[in-house]
Amino acid sequence: MEGFELIRQGAEAKLYKGLYLGKPTLAKERFRKKYRHENLDLFLTKERMKAENRAIVRCKAFGLRTPAIYLVDFNRRIIFMEYFEHNIVLKDFIEISPVEVLTRLAVNIGETLGKMHESNIIHGDLTSSNMLLVNKNDVDSFDNLDDLSLVLIDFGLAYVESSAEDKGVDLYVLERALSSTHSTADRMFPKILEGYQSYCPSEFKEVFNKYEEVRARGRKRTMVG
Amino acid sequence: MVVAIGFEGSANKLGIGIVKDGEILSNCRRTYITPPGEGFMPRETAQHHRQNILQLLKESLEKSGLRPEDIDVICYTKGPGMGAPLAMVAVVARTVAQLWNKPLLGVNHCIGHRFARVLKISNDPSPGYNIEQLAKKGNKYLQLPYCVKGMDVSFSGILTYMEERTNSLLKAGYTAEDLCFSLQETVFAMLVETTERALAHCNSDEVLIVGGVGCNIRLQEMMGQMCAERGAKLFATDERFCIDNGVMIAHTGAEMFKAGMKLPWIYSSITQRYRTDEVEAAWRDD
Repeated sequence: MEGFELIRQGAEAKLYKGLYLGKPTLAKERFRKKYRHENLDLFLTKERMKAENRAIVRCKAFGLRTPAIYLVDFNRRIIFMEYFEHNIVLKDFIEISPVEVLTRLAVNIGETLGKMHESNIIHGDLTSSNMLLVNKNDVDSFDNLDDLSLVLIDFGLAYVESSAEDKGVDLYVLERALSSTHSTADRMFPKILEGYQSYCPSEFKEVFNKYEEVRARGRKRTMVG
Repeated sequence: MVVAIGFEGSANKLGIGIVKDGEILSNCRRTYITPPGEGFMPRETAQHHRQNILQLLKESLEKSGLRPEDIDVICYTKGPGMGAPLAMVAVVARTVAQLWNKPLLGVNHCIGHRFARVLKISNDPSPGYNIEQLAKKGNKYLQLPYCVKGMDVSFSGILTYMEERTNSLLKAGYTAEDLCFSLQETVFAMLVETTERALAHCNSDEVLIVGGVGCNIRLQEMMGQMCAERGAKLFATDERFCIDNGVMIAHTGAEMFKAGMKLPWIYSSITQRYRTDEVEAAWRDD
């Protein structure tokens, strides 16, 4: 990895930053996980690299902002993709922003997810760590929501599916991730649903019903009695 | 100085432990063991607990060398768990609290606990332990359904997959040991992967494994490797503390008691569902 420096170790990959054909690039290396059986590790790594690429290409085709893919190297287990210089992870943004801003942003997140689901892309791991806010004017400023655009990342668990069930689960995963990380989750999530509904009112009802169904059968829910 | 006694009986183990300022004075346990291929049912489990609890209480007190009047607080598992055994243990806790005139506290318990039934693996001492022993002798890896959704795992499908194929796989040259090995490798990989996701998402670098499955050496080893690869720390322990026990309830109760928490009599209920994040951790300031 000449010219690339390690910037972070995510859940399943090491992230390096560098230049590829003169462009700022993120290299995502799904390094060999020694804890799991070699066959399983190889299988999962390939599946996820394929899943990530397919989903990103599909997102692009439907006009959703994701990092552009530059090169996929199965042998070295690396995907080279667009690096956003001026970005903040949603998780960090939530912690520094007032609730009014967050509820406004939540509507926007809901619209984006509505669009993603309308394209039959299931993300599979929606969390506040897997969304970036990128400054449109190429400066490190994240005060004005209108200057920021939402970028979805980490499509390793993504797949194409049209069923309301999978979309419902996707939303449920997001709700769980938000509520276990952010105190503002209970203010944000209804706004996310609102944004989703406004984007695809026809599909929303079925997805929402499934979401409620999934929520009701989830094991770790609250029940009195 | 707080002396707490803990009553735990949310599943097939009945445990009574006594702690004094973090020091364990006694940690006694009885396990309800079912025949091979069978699980434990609420009614029979409650019956087992009922038959054993008084003897166990006596044993625990004797071992600690304390008398009832030395105890400051009575703690019991409020949930989650099976209704009948939980209720049974809570009745005893309430009764001794009144007999000895001591405050009572309900404590949240958290556990995670089936394939053993298909292969009719012995439930003695526990099915998971026996799978672990068999898995040590297996080496042929069979690919099984692998399903993670965000930070959740889904085991649905694995059991069906195994159930449908166990006989034909056994004929095709896989041994029961290989199947246990493959099952363990797959399921634990899912657990370790989701744990790693949670670590990355929360910027945490500490993992604590508990529960009966937490005694599994292979799980501890895999979790340890994952932690080593990302500079995190693993906290694992052995069966005395991994498996449901009274001490964990007594210790948690003691912390709650020190923080001034009180449980009014009418609220000394039990609940089968009790999420860990519903508990207000008044005894911590971080």
